[in-house]
Amino acid sequence: MSRAAPHELGVADLGRALAARELSSVELTTHLLERFAAHERLGTALAIDGEGALAQARAADRRRAEGDVGALVGVPIAHKDIFVTRAMPSTAGSRMLEGYRSPFDATVVARLADAGTVTLGKLNCDEFAMGSSTENSAYHPTLNPWDETRVPGGSSGGSAAAVAARLLPAATGTDTGGSIRQPASFCGITGIKPTYGVCSRYGMIAFASSLDQAGVLARSAEDCALVLGAMSGFDARDSTSAERPPQDFHAMIAAARPGATAMRPLEGLRIGVPKEFFPAALAGDVEQALRAALAELAGLGAVLVDVGLPRTELSIPVYYLIAPAEASSNLSRYDGVRYGHRAERFADLGELYRASRSEGFGAEVKRRIMIGTYVLSHGYYDAYYLQAQKLRRMIADDFQACFRECDVIAGPVAPTVAWPIGAQRDDPVANYLADIFTLPASLAGLPGMSIPVGFGAGAMPVGLQLVGNYFAEGTLLHAAHAFQRATDWHVRAPSEGRP
Amino acid sequence: MALTPLDVRRIAELARLDLDADEQARMLGQLNSFFRIVEQMSAVETSGVEPLYTPLAAVEAPHLRLRDDAVTEAVDRDANQESAPLTKDGLYLVPKVIE
Repeated sequence: MSRAAPHELGVADLGRALAARELSSVELTTHLLERFAAHERLGTALAIDGEGALAQARAADRRRAEGDVGALVGVPIAHKDIFVTRAMPSTAGSRMLEGYRSPFDATVVARLADAGTVTLGKLNCDEFAMGSSTENSAYHPTLNPWDETRVPGGSSGGSAAAVAARLLPAATGTDTGGSIRQPASFCGITGIKPTYGVCSRYGMIAFASSLDQAGVLARSAEDCALVLGAMSGFDARDSTSAERPPQDFHAMIAAARPGATAMRPLEGLRIGVPKEFFPAALAGDVEQALRAALAELAGLGAVLVDVGLPRTELSIPVYYLIAPAEASSNLSRYDGVRYGHRAERFADLGELYRASRSEGFGAEVKRRIMIGTYVLSHGYYDAYYLQAQKLRRMIADDFQACFRECDVIAGPVAPTVAWPIGAQRDDPVANYLADIFTLPASLAGLPGMSIPVGFGAGAMPVGLQLVGNYFAEGTLLHAAHAFQRATDWHVRAPSEGRP
Repeated sequence: MALTPLDVRRIAELARLDLDADEQARMLGQLNSFFRIVEQMSAVETSGVEPLYTPLAAVEAPHLRLRDDAVTEAVDRDANQESAPLTKDGLYLVPKVIE
């Protein structure tokens, strides 16, 4: 067997190759920078820092030479452009923050740098992470590497497309209502959003603070476990950070379950299948791939249990009131005074605010600010915002009722495979409805994953969503890892359009 | 109850956004189509349900940490103002508010 090209290797394999001195981080980084340049048409990046990356790669090679055996030392990654970085501009995909330089690094960025990763650049996303196709980026769309006429999903679409196209072994993302899971599904890769509070939000440009959570997009559950282990953990700088001891997710994925055998690694794992996750509106091709994956999981020893999440459909209005309410508050900071875009023409301070905001924000961001401002305004708060927060409690309680009967919940990530670019551009509500399966776990703050389980219409990837109870990332990653050891969907790569 | 063009102008004013006539018309249609899916929510009986403002409160009582009242980091005003549109002597400049 000929040796695999470096871009074909994932995080864990690259760590092993670097440790064995089969290649250096400088060689690897150079190779991936060349791939980014050769695949520029995909529009995955908003900034690439070649010189900075090579300097970090040289430092990583020195760390290896000095005996550092950290799994991530010298492994190239890139960050969704929602994480602020000192070395590169941080735009959130918005004209509002064009050229913005942060005076500090996000905690996630700093921790991954400490772990020895090499940061190649910043990745495209929907403006302020608001969207599910990456078409809301103010800079350019990102193309799906499986079919360049289709969207990669969003909002972490640049991250998902770059990993799928083998430009990177892993990338960070953020997930407010599905923004890691849905693009992972659309691009045929593995993504995890941990429990709210597991990753620090310090330095993550805020969209909806009670929902935003950082996570990883990579090729496999094992790779996700390695990166998530390095970026997570308590941070005193985030007031909602969970005060819990650090978790070794990588050790958890291989831990044997009681009664498990090599053939049945998931023996006794109860997987709940909510009937509301298989409605008539679920596309037939997606359902077929999911049913096959559930059968595979059962073959690995898991027990499928019928459960109910009766308020699944209600999660759409609940989320689309709460998230815009929080966004309208968070985005009030963009006033053209302290940072961000400032209009050139204005007569007074009020006009300075209005002109700067109207020029700096795109259409979807304005829509959400309008919804949020309205539902928080005098006379409407109880009917909309308070009612939504009460329903949010009921949705979280529904999950707890399920978790009395199962360990993990499984279902679709999205009702369809990735849609053609432009197909939903003028219909924001259609976009919102397509988030139905990712919103419930987001509202409850539960961890969720997407793993590739097959292909649907147009030979586009289909993802299976796994949702765990609070802080049960280890259970999710373990189940996903067992599935990936028995199947090869996660190693399928899009064919290179050009040599 | 559908929003009116007047509502859209009022909300835009509160949100500090200028919308031109086309944007206002589009926004009105889109907001009304959105609030139609919100209606199903209003009918649900929720009296006595505690709102869930932060997700982990679903399983544990939220507690706010207090840090020691001590200086923990130096403030570098120049670095912090590097991305400011307009400053002078360390101050942010805005149009005159009081004549």
